[in-house]
Amino acid sequence: MADLLWWIFAALAVSGAVAMVMARNPVASLLFLVVTLFSLAGIFVLLEAHFIAAIQVIVYAGAIMVLFLFVIMLLNLGEQYRPDLKAGIWLVAGGVASGTLGWLLASALGASGVVGTEPAPVDRDVVGAIADPLFRDYLVPFEVTSILLLAAAVGAVLLAKRRV
Amino acid sequence: MSGFQPVAPWAIVLLPLIGFLVNGLAAFRAPGVKAIPTWVGPGVVGLAFALAVANFLGMSAADLHDPVVVSYWTWLPAGDLTVDTALQLDQLSLLMTLVVTGVGFLIHLYSVGYMGEDPGYARYFAYLNLFVFFMLVLVLGSSFALMFVGWEGVGLCSYLLIGFWFRDREKADAGKKAFIVNRIGDVGFLIAMLLIYVRFGTLDYVGVFEAAPAALAFGGATVTAICLFLFLGATGKSAQIPLHIWLPDAMAGPTPVSALIHAATMVTAGVYLIARASVLFALSPAASLVVAGIGVATALFAATIALAQTDIKKVLAYSTISQLGYMFLGVGAGAYAAGVFHLVTHAFFKALLFLGAGAVIHSMHHALHRTLSHDDPQDMRNMGGLRRFMPITWITMWVATLAIAGVWPFAGFFSKDEIIWQTAARAHGPYAGWYTLFWVLALAAALLTAFYMTRLMILTFHGANRTGEEERHHLHEAPAVMWAPLAILALASLAGGWINVPQAIGENALLGLVPHSEWLHEWLHPVTAGAQDVLAAHVGEPLRQAPVGGGEVAWAFVSFLLALAVIAGTSLYLRRRAVSPAAHAQAPRGFAKVLHDRWYVDELYDAAIVRPVVAASRALWRRVDQGLIDGAVDGVGRLSRGAGAAGARVQSGQTAIYAAAVVAGVLMLLGFVVLWTP
Amino acid sequence: MPIVEHSLILAAFLFVIGVAGVLVRRNAIIVFMCVELMLNAANLAFIAFSRTLGVDGQVFVFFVISVAAAEAAVGLAIIISIFRLRESVDLERFNILRW
Repeated sequence: MADLLWWIFAALAVSGAVAMVMARNPVASLLFLVVTLFSLAGIFVLLEAHFIAAIQVIVYAGAIMVLFLFVIMLLNLGEQYRPDLKAGIWLVAGGVASGTLGWLLASALGASGVVGTEPAPVDRDVVGAIADPLFRDYLVPFEVTSILLLAAAVGAVLLAKRRV
Repeated sequence: MSGFQPVAPWAIVLLPLIGFLVNGLAAFRAPGVKAIPTWVGPGVVGLAFALAVANFLGMSAADLHDPVVVSYWTWLPAGDLTVDTALQLDQLSLLMTLVVTGVGFLIHLYSVGYMGEDPGYARYFAYLNLFVFFMLVLVLGSSFALMFVGWEGVGLCSYLLIGFWFRDREKADAGKKAFIVNRIGDVGFLIAMLLIYVRFGTLDYVGVFEAAPAALAFGGATVTAICLFLFLGATGKSAQIPLHIWLPDAMAGPTPVSALIHAATMVTAGVYLIARASVLFALSPAASLVVAGIGVATALFAATIALAQTDIKKVLAYSTISQLGYMFLGVGAGAYAAGVFHLVTHAFFKALLFLGAGAVIHSMHHALHRTLSHDDPQDMRNMGGLRRFMPITWITMWVATLAIAGVWPFAGFFSKDEIIWQTAARAHGPYAGWYTLFWVLALAAALLTAFYMTRLMILTFHGANRTGEEERHHLHEAPAVMWAPLAILALASLAGGWINVPQAIGENALLGLVPHSEWLHEWLHPVTAGAQDVLAAHVGEPLRQAPVGGGEVAWAFVSFLLALAVIAGTSLYLRRRAVSPAAHAQAPRGFAKVLHDRWYVDELYDAAIVRPVVAASRALWRRVDQGLIDGAVDGVGRLSRGAGAAGARVQSGQTAIYAAAVVAGVLMLLGFVVLWTP
Repeated sequence: MPIVEHSLILAAFLFVIGVAGVLVRRNAIIVFMCVELMLNAANLAFIAFSRTLGVDGQVFVFFVISVAAAEAAVGLAIIISIFRLRESVDLERFNILRW
């Protein structure tokens, strides 16, 4: 059962991604990305990362993508979209590069041999399992990230104002 | 006999150099002060002459046998070769020194009058002094290397003096031509020096000539090569075929320069060289034949050209070339003392002829200048009847003409006749036929000499004056400072031949009526003994009878009478002919045109050598220098700029390009990690 | 099925699709979204590894998501101000920072 689900989610994710890259309407492109994000969340669940799956849906698909949508609407890009793929040479180059990269990555990751087969032991509840290392071992990055978010917020406001 | 103590030989050489420095400084700092060059210029040469006389007296009293070499410092300690700065005092070098300083002094004196109004007065004397310095180095040097220093130096001074009025393009070109043609000959000299060093290990005269008979095979390839290359240098310096072309053009310089350099001294350096290296030439009969052959050919060739020239200096120039040919004929026939003898007498009468011509030109120039006429003051067709206006010049020049034509008892009779006789006397052994031919050609050239010189005198001094009504009033004799040297040289041209009268002639009742002795022969004997020994051993004694006709005395009479006949006949013939002034004269036609145009040798060289060289230079300049080399250098620059411009395009400003670059980089890294390492 | 390996391969695919999108699209916002896709592919890889190697992978994904949020905010603000200047979000029109 899990296998089947995985395959369904995987197919959704890939097709959503391809559609996103090829869609002409930016809004459509964004919605396809949301589909991909949701499928990824599903795969996260299958990989026993429940908390992260929730975070993915709430933050990524729910906040970040909405922000994108706001901007697309703000700039009125949803109407009068012209085809914006680059000239042919770029398609060829893009295809070749991507193909090569994919093959390299796949061979690298597929033959990594690092992974074992036993799932890691978990002795806390879902949230606690993440909270523990987050506030103990990774406290400093956590605080730095919060400052980063503050800076990003201020920066975004400043950058987007009409007049400074 | 007490040994010969040289009297400050270094001073003989250095005095003219000091004169050069003082006059040169004056030319820069005080060009208007005429007193300095007037006294310093001739003064240093006069003092050098006095020292030379002192040394001469000392040498003849001491009855010197071996040369005295006074060494001052080591100039070139170069591995196995050592060349010292040393002066060699022997009979030959001292004789040459006397000629150079003596005749040089007279010409310096003359120049005070001739160049008196020239703005470059101080510069002129500086160059003239420098020339005397280098000429003395040439004749007094004790090695081929030192002679070569003098050789080059006189070439330089010749260039400076020929192109003295350098603002005139033609005159500057004449100076260049002289220098370049000389250089071509100098290559021969250098190669000969190289061969000498390789064979002998030294360049000093003493070392080379003593070892020569033993070290070189008679008639061998080495000695012939050495002699031929030395002769090549001599042809350049002494204006023989094929390098004679510079001397007529050199008449562009001031006339005293022509007298000193291109008559009496520099051009005789080639003869001096061969006389000095007489041992080597005696060891190579083939080379001697070449020397004699080219000498007599040049003598005849130049004489034919002199027949048709209208410029008085050009006639004298070709006469010089012709007489130099006689000197080479003499040394080529093994008569080294005779060649040097003619060198000495020729210095007297040729300098006299040039200085006299200079007086004529000086006077003509003044006359034509007064009336602002554009006629050429040097063209004989504009002269005529000048004996009425310039009697002293007229008489002295006739003395010189009789001397050069070989009329007894003047100097040229004895010297030229001895050369002709010695050529006939060499008609034995190898190359007998050649020397017979040379003898005949020499006689023919002698007749031509009498003819063209008489023509010069008739056109210039006799007949009606063609200078012009107005100008005639301004023709006058030269000032005393100019005619005094003429008189002295005339005396020398008269009596100078009496220093070397061959015994046979001296014993003749008629011809021996002058004070006579074989003094020069005996004086030079220690120097020519080596060569005479070689000739006696390998070639044999000279003949007593000419191939045709009688002995020495008989032929002396014949040539004397023939010369007189030519002079008389020419005078009669030319006095009758009307000559039109240059402006109205017709251009020569036919064979006369060929002679007038100098047998087109210059044109031949121009077409065969000069033009191809210039064309090749131009091609090399355009294709190789500008095209290839500049192109390569510019090309490197252009390549760098092009590469830079191409490289700059990476900074396109488009994020997509940058992203693509990042992807490419990641691809490469990943590829390296995945494919290469594990 | 070996879910970890398969997830890794999937992550590679998604990443490569994102790269292709960055290279071929001209609209700046679409390119931005492709970058987000690449980030998500990386997240998937982290999660896949964390299944067998421990919870640290998930912590890392936590940070990635928060940083991606910050970055998206700032990037979109920049795009907005560029749009105000140029009336366009076509990447090929923004090339004045060149040689």
